[in-house]
Amino acid sequence: MEFRLTDEQYMVRDTAQAFLADASSSGQVRRAMTAARSYDPAVWQRLCTELYVQAVTIPEAYGGLGLGYVDLAIVLEQMGRKLFCSPFMATVGMATNALLLVASDEQKQRWLPAIAEGTQTATLAWTGPQAARAGGSWGAEAVSATWTATAEGYQLDGDLRYVIDGDTADLLIVAARTPGSSGSEGIGLFVVPASSAGVERQWTPTLDQSRRLANLTLRGVSVAADQCLGVAGEGWPQLQKILALAKVSLAAEQLGVASEALDMAVNYTLEREQFGRAIASYQAVKHKAADMKLKAEVACSAVYYAACVASEVLAPDGDVNIAAELDEAAAMAKGYCSDTVFFNAGSALQLFGGVGFTAEYDIQLYFKRAKASELYLGNGAAQREQIAAMLLDGESAQ
Amino acid sequence: MKLTFNAADERFREDIASWLQAHLVGEFEHLKFRGGPGDEHMFPEERKRWEQELAAGGWVGIGWPEACGGRGASIEQQVIFAEEYARAGAPGRIGHIGEGLAGPTIIAFGTPEQKAKYLPGILNGTEFWCQGYSEPSAGSDLANVRTRAVRDPDSGRWRITGQKIWTSLAHESQWCFVLARTEPGSVAHRGLGFFLVRMAQPEITVRPIEQLTGTSEFNEVFFDDALAEDLVGEPGDGWRIAMTLLGFERGVSTLGQQMQFQNELDEIIRIARSNGAASDPAIRQRIAEAHTGLRLMRYNALRMLSGDERSGPDSSALVYKLHWASWHRNLGALAMDVLGPEAELLDGAPYELTRLQSLFLFTRSDTIYGGTNQIQRNIIAERGLGMPKEAKGR
Repeated sequence: MEFRLTDEQYMVRDTAQAFLADASSSGQVRRAMTAARSYDPAVWQRLCTELYVQAVTIPEAYGGLGLGYVDLAIVLEQMGRKLFCSPFMATVGMATNALLLVASDEQKQRWLPAIAEGTQTATLAWTGPQAARAGGSWGAEAVSATWTATAEGYQLDGDLRYVIDGDTADLLIVAARTPGSSGSEGIGLFVVPASSAGVERQWTPTLDQSRRLANLTLRGVSVAADQCLGVAGEGWPQLQKILALAKVSLAAEQLGVASEALDMAVNYTLEREQFGRAIASYQAVKHKAADMKLKAEVACSAVYYAACVASEVLAPDGDVNIAAELDEAAAMAKGYCSDTVFFNAGSALQLFGGVGFTAEYDIQLYFKRAKASELYLGNGAAQREQIAAMLLDGESAQ
Repeated sequence: MKLTFNAADERFREDIASWLQAHLVGEFEHLKFRGGPGDEHMFPEERKRWEQELAAGGWVGIGWPEACGGRGASIEQQVIFAEEYARAGAPGRIGHIGEGLAGPTIIAFGTPEQKAKYLPGILNGTEFWCQGYSEPSAGSDLANVRTRAVRDPDSGRWRITGQKIWTSLAHESQWCFVLARTEPGSVAHRGLGFFLVRMAQPEITVRPIEQLTGTSEFNEVFFDDALAEDLVGEPGDGWRIAMTLLGFERGVSTLGQQMQFQNELDEIIRIARSNGAASDPAIRQRIAEAHTGLRLMRYNALRMLSGDERSGPDSSALVYKLHWASWHRNLGALAMDVLGPEAELLDGAPYELTRLQSLFLFTRSDTIYGGTNQIQRNIIAERGLGMPKEAKGR
């Protein structure tokens, strides 16, 4: 039983930590937030050449490192700690998984090496305006763009919303459905270069300025037959897996945000004195910090359990019994970590007192990231409802 | 990082599972799922015979070193034993204080003579132990022990006077280990001794405490110049020994405990599905939260037992008690809310609780014994986060 990081994985963590200490300081994050692309392309290129982690899960045959999801989670956790502004989440934590899971060998040869080299970024564009229904609907019903078969391949139309890095990514993994279909029926997945004719992209300013969202409009976008991933119309099971993996990615990042918010709060309360002693010595403060620590520890177990499951999903010879736990593991990780990241960031802001409300202190940035990532792909309550359905509905439940 | 056990460990799992299947029958059949927390007072004689059955199979003290009569089982195998034991519904261990606390302490600190005297009775399932730590004025503040030990100048033997409380299985045990003050006038953790005391003597009185459950698993134990059989270590070593012993408490048994929790949750889910509570959105949220909490408790425990040092020493261990105790207490309340008005109805007079009523009431003690939630938070903040200690009143 080795439910702990290996020595090599500690090295991945330490390397990422050292890089980010240098490349994602408070000043660098704040500059990136207001920069044209919401990240610094020079820093991104440094990451891609020095760390090569954009290729972490890509098999060696396509120019990648061929490591597992645990390694990816380690990197994402560290990026969360430093609120690293980059196309990493969209490219590696979301879009690459679509290619790894669904693309044919030829399609992988065509797109993965460019991602591995760091010359192309990518994102997952799958939600229409329906995603906002009832305060967040992240199931199949959120897919509203359409695909229709043409002589050369397919035509894509429709509006895509809440697309992370949607206006800067080079490659779009688009989910669309056949006109008139509903629910999980008729869904197809397509690889669309952002430069394709008929693609319009509009940046949407966001509450959390450290992550960029965009609206995309597809008007009569033509794609060739070999740009379709899998079988058009039968894409929902694959998209569901891609989204579950994306939840694991978000949860790993949330773990980093939540852990860093705790550390920042503890350090501040150790320095700040009132009534003649450090406020960290008051039980009211200590007990709040202890609750944050408990959540961060459980969140850590949730993330690395889910990452172990995700590794088996992506590995060609993965353990099928473990891989079958993906939906549940992802919902547990995203649910627990979403609640944790908001609790920890909110509690940290409170422990900072008055300065927590200022723009100058960074805790406000963590607080905004916390709420944004909590809501993305469904908050804690949404994940729990998914788990409840597994446990309580249907004949096969226990 | 892996989620699975290796092939040798899985064979060990088959060994213990099939042994339990073959032996938990006949006179032991009715002990299944009995004698756990909240039910510890039930079937003591049968459970003692079961300990001897286990011992005959070589399943007592599996984690002890081979030189002391154990199997030297790895942490993984101890975890597997605890899981399979609970999965089979084998009864609550009446020998767990001897096997898990007294034995390891004597192994770590005892003389060769003490090992020869005490360990065989634990290993063969004939001698049982209870723990004399807490006192009316020494609860969370355990170091405030007032029970005193005085050495008879003629015989050189120690005699103990004072009162212990919350002693489970005191009336079922031949032996008690007692923390008592050897140095008159000493305070806090200084000047304590760790004594081994035979329970059958007229100078010891055991009085059961009636709990809010109507049952009595805990006792008050009065020592009135009672003779101590042995002192472990030197006078003054008591606190160090006691703290080491508390470290033995957490760990491998937790995975067995989680199997019991799973049984309880399964029962709640069955009821929710049959009475329609499963369609109440608020109940659905709480059931999913309970399920998530329990699954993650398992991975926390595996991380703790795998020796994960990524977030500082002992981090996953420090939060473990607060996590499971709070989780379990919430489960007890959830059980009542799923039952609705049925939760009110007893199995019978005068105060016969159903299993879930007992769960509801007994789990109120989980966040109190073994370090209250408030003490746990202090420990997490001070040891886990490096926040300053509270000023002490003495």
